[in-house]
Amino acid sequence: MSAKDEPLLEVEGLKVEFDTWDGRVRVLDGVDFALAPGETLGIVGESGCGKSMTALAIMGLVPKPAGHVTGGAIRYRGEDLVKASGARMRSLRGNRVAMIFQEPMTSLNPVFTVGDQIAEAARLHLGLSSHEASVRAVEMLRAVHIPEAERRVVEYPHQFSGGMRQRVMIAMALACEPEVLIADEPTTALDVTVQAQIFDLLEELRATKGTAIVLITHDMGAIAEMADRVVVMYAGRKVEEGPVDSILGQPAHPYTQGLLACRPNLQLGRAAARPQLREIPGVVPPLHLLGKGCAFADRCPRAMPRCSEAVPPTRRVGDAHAAACWLLEEAVTA
Amino acid sequence: MNDALLTVDDLRVHFPLRRATPFAPKRTVKAVDGVTFAVPKGRTFGIVGESGSGKTTTALAVMRLTEITAGTVRLGDEPLSALEGEALRHARRRVQMIFQDPYSSLNPRMRAGSIVEEPLELMGIGAEAERRERARELFAQVGLRPDQLQLFPHQFSGGQRQRIGIARALATKPELVVCDEPVSALDVAIQAQILNLLVNLQREYGLAYLFISHDLGVVQYLCDEVAVMYLGRIVEQAPREALFEDPLHPYTWALLSAVPRVGRRRRDGAARLRLEGDPPSPINPPPGCRFSTRCPYAEARCKAEEPVLREVKPGHRIACHLVRDDGSAPLRPANL
Repeated sequence: MSAKDEPLLEVEGLKVEFDTWDGRVRVLDGVDFALAPGETLGIVGESGCGKSMTALAIMGLVPKPAGHVTGGAIRYRGEDLVKASGARMRSLRGNRVAMIFQEPMTSLNPVFTVGDQIAEAARLHLGLSSHEASVRAVEMLRAVHIPEAERRVVEYPHQFSGGMRQRVMIAMALACEPEVLIADEPTTALDVTVQAQIFDLLEELRATKGTAIVLITHDMGAIAEMADRVVVMYAGRKVEEGPVDSILGQPAHPYTQGLLACRPNLQLGRAAARPQLREIPGVVPPLHLLGKGCAFADRCPRAMPRCSEAVPPTRRVGDAHAAACWLLEEAVTA
Repeated sequence: MNDALLTVDDLRVHFPLRRATPFAPKRTVKAVDGVTFAVPKGRTFGIVGESGSGKTTTALAVMRLTEITAGTVRLGDEPLSALEGEALRHARRRVQMIFQDPYSSLNPRMRAGSIVEEPLELMGIGAEAERRERARELFAQVGLRPDQLQLFPHQFSGGQRQRIGIARALATKPELVVCDEPVSALDVAIQAQILNLLVNLQREYGLAYLFISHDLGVVQYLCDEVAVMYLGRIVEQAPREALFEDPLHPYTWALLSAVPRVGRRRRDGAARLRLEGDPPSPINPPPGCRFSTRCPYAEARCKAEEPVLREVKPGHRIACHLVRDDGSAPLRPANL
């Protein structure tokens, strides 16, 4: 098998549990997906669906001591990161697998210059001297299109605007040319015009360096523009997965359909009619109150008695497209 | 416009900045710098723009929650910007506000019912029993259950809290509700619930909305007329259909072009109008057209002479030198 066909990152049956006042809560319940080199995988869902926890688990950053990875595997080039030692994770994290966070201000250290923060990763992982590392920091700032990089490299995070800070974060994450970049809602705090710049930048990195990207978002528009494949998560489980075109064109799970229909999408040209938006009623249930059935059943417009009895199996609905919903089983038996 | 409910005329809100030394030159943030628009009864007027464009300050000035430097705000016959004291308090029952963050805009120590009753109490409307009944009624209107009147804000989800905020805004039966990014702090799936509620309430009570948002999809869905603000000024204003079908200002093009849309792949190098950098500071706006420093089409004239907002088509006002008087924009890219 060539390196191209082999998945770079493989998450299999990942389970994460947390000790809480309400007892042990399963935050991730059997999440599976694979990421190929140079691919962009989108993970969508509402808050509380486990998107960010999936990212933290991959990075080996599940909050301790409350959180535990209790099952499954996360394989990076065949090596199981769940079993990896702390030292091994430290050597991978920020090096082969890097992450950018939602809030660039709180994720940067305010008392170090941005140059120091970018150089740190390069010194640690690439063994560069401090001079080489600072040269590298300037290069990285240039790569993320920060003007006057030589001057700005000695500035502190507060001297940068929100969009520029996110660029600094990306520069940090990319200092060691990681193979996998996890972007957790990288543009939520930013203006649309700046969001477009950040997306352009991510796409440029993917195209030129072949970085595989996991893009975590709740914005289906962002998914449509950026992703090759999509994983839809709900209450800690994967409910649908498929190529972006079939997820957007023929969503099989009622939750995916709801996510697509509940937002007024911008339409240019002839003014579109303004029908009542389709709502997804209610909210994501608290995880400790999940029953034995499909977690979405309470909010699902097409729920049947069967839905609250057991978790639906995942069924293939198209080319590399699968969903977990009892409706699909009904369709098969009917 | 004769049926205008809210009329804002040449509104300016300037904030003086502290000087580093007593000898340093005076500096002023011109957050809103000459904004004129009108909102008819029962309609929705949207203001869009990036952060720092002055859209929220405009909303706060309309609410008289920030000091107005110059210009007038009228609500029907009432000169809202000139009222003070008791007269202003009395007029406030006609304008209410829904805030962006449903977490920080509700008092955590008050029960939901009391939060909704409070405006009535402050305005001295009705007896206690009547107010209680009104809160119950409002709860039903915004889709909350009467047994939830006794709960505290932390016992509600974000979407439900926004419903409490809406019920509170409606308590005094206002004619105008100022909505400052009312759905941007909510989860995607919850946004639709709140947007539908706002539409239904408008239909039922003939409310006018001044709707502040950075989300063009939401603005297109909800608003009848839209103003695009940039660095304290309106650069384009048009009825909804015209703005999205025939946008004229390069900044509007850039905003529209930046929104991720289903059916357009970044990878395919989809034609897209890119803006470089961040908006310049409103402390020292650039000379000439304020957008000229980021505008890909700027000419020498744009950097020297500030364009005035002029009407080029019925209801379609634009501040750009590059748009012709017949309302054509020869430079607009074919695909935004």
